[in-house]
Amino acid sequence: MSILAQAAATAAEGLQKADYQAINGATNAGLAYGLAAIGPGIGIGYLVGQSVQAMARQPEAAGMVRTTMFLGIAFTEALALIGFVVFILLKFV
Amino acid sequence: MILGLEFPPIQNLVEWPNWFGPEGSWYGFNKIAFINVVALVVTSLLFFIAGRSKSLVPKGAQNLVESSVDFIREGIVLETMGPEGIKYLPYLVSLFFFILITNIFEVIPFFHMPANARMAGPAVLALFTWAFYIAVGLKHQGPKYFINAVAPSGVPKALLPLVIPIEFLSTFIVRPFSLAVRLFANMLAGHILLVTFSVLCITLFTASLLAIVLPLSFAMLVGLTGFEIMVAFLQAYIFTILAAVYIGSSLHAEH
Repeated sequence: MSILAQAAATAAEGLQKADYQAINGATNAGLAYGLAAIGPGIGIGYLVGQSVQAMARQPEAAGMVRTTMFLGIAFTEALALIGFVVFILLKFV
Repeated sequence: MILGLEFPPIQNLVEWPNWFGPEGSWYGFNKIAFINVVALVVTSLLFFIAGRSKSLVPKGAQNLVESSVDFIREGIVLETMGPEGIKYLPYLVSLFFFILITNIFEVIPFFHMPANARMAGPAVLALFTWAFYIAVGLKHQGPKYFINAVAPSGVPKALLPLVIPIEFLSTFIVRPFSLAVRLFANMLAGHILLVTFSVLCITLFTASLLAIVLPLSFAMLVGLTGFEIMVAFLQAYIFTILAAVYIGSSLHAEH
């Protein structure tokens, strides 16, 4: 146990300022994308579920529902994609 | 044993050296520019060849082009704009084919790079679409288009100070931005996903003990390649359908 603690202490001493910045960047990037994905995840699930229900109830309207569904997915997905861009910016830039 | 996964820096994934011309010059030519040129030439040639044969029963290139034009006509233009949108079909068809071909290079061997994973391509396409729907609005509604676009009729006067900035932002700034970012981020995410699994496969191949999970990783890579073909098609479809919706919204004042 003490060996492990000692190893951890040596490792902590070896960390430079740049390493801490990298750790911070990675943590924040993961958090940003994770939070940004929650809303669109729920949204797309609800949207597609309702569309499937609509198509099942009224199969002759399936084409129209599908077009509108893709439109809705595109709008809902935009937030998650902006989150992904923020992730790229935080992690790599 | 596998000790660490060396993921290449992001610059190595998306930045390509120039084939000729110095770095940063306007005539520098790299892989992305080549893919864009290929997409332009393939689209033009396809329609040129298909347009020359006028047989009643289409086959070959004519069949492909006729069915895809029909798909965009029935599935996109008539669904979103109605019969009066037919005259904007050529723009939408060329947009669809250009985006589809630049995207599909993501899975073509020796290229493995979607041209739209660099921001410049989607940004230019989005700016074209932005200028196009503003021009259509001006042509159909005159200068009143800007008033109709930011202040829909039927809104109470007291709400106008709130509605006008929101509508202005969403119509003239968020629309082109989200068009460009949607295409760009989808293609970049797919590219990074494929690179991640390729790097994983190579690392597992050299790892002694963990090589037994290599088949799983490779199967995932193959599956994701198929998935990315679908995404390439879907993004071209979504870009085209959104362009059609935006053009359709400029045709008439909302009421």
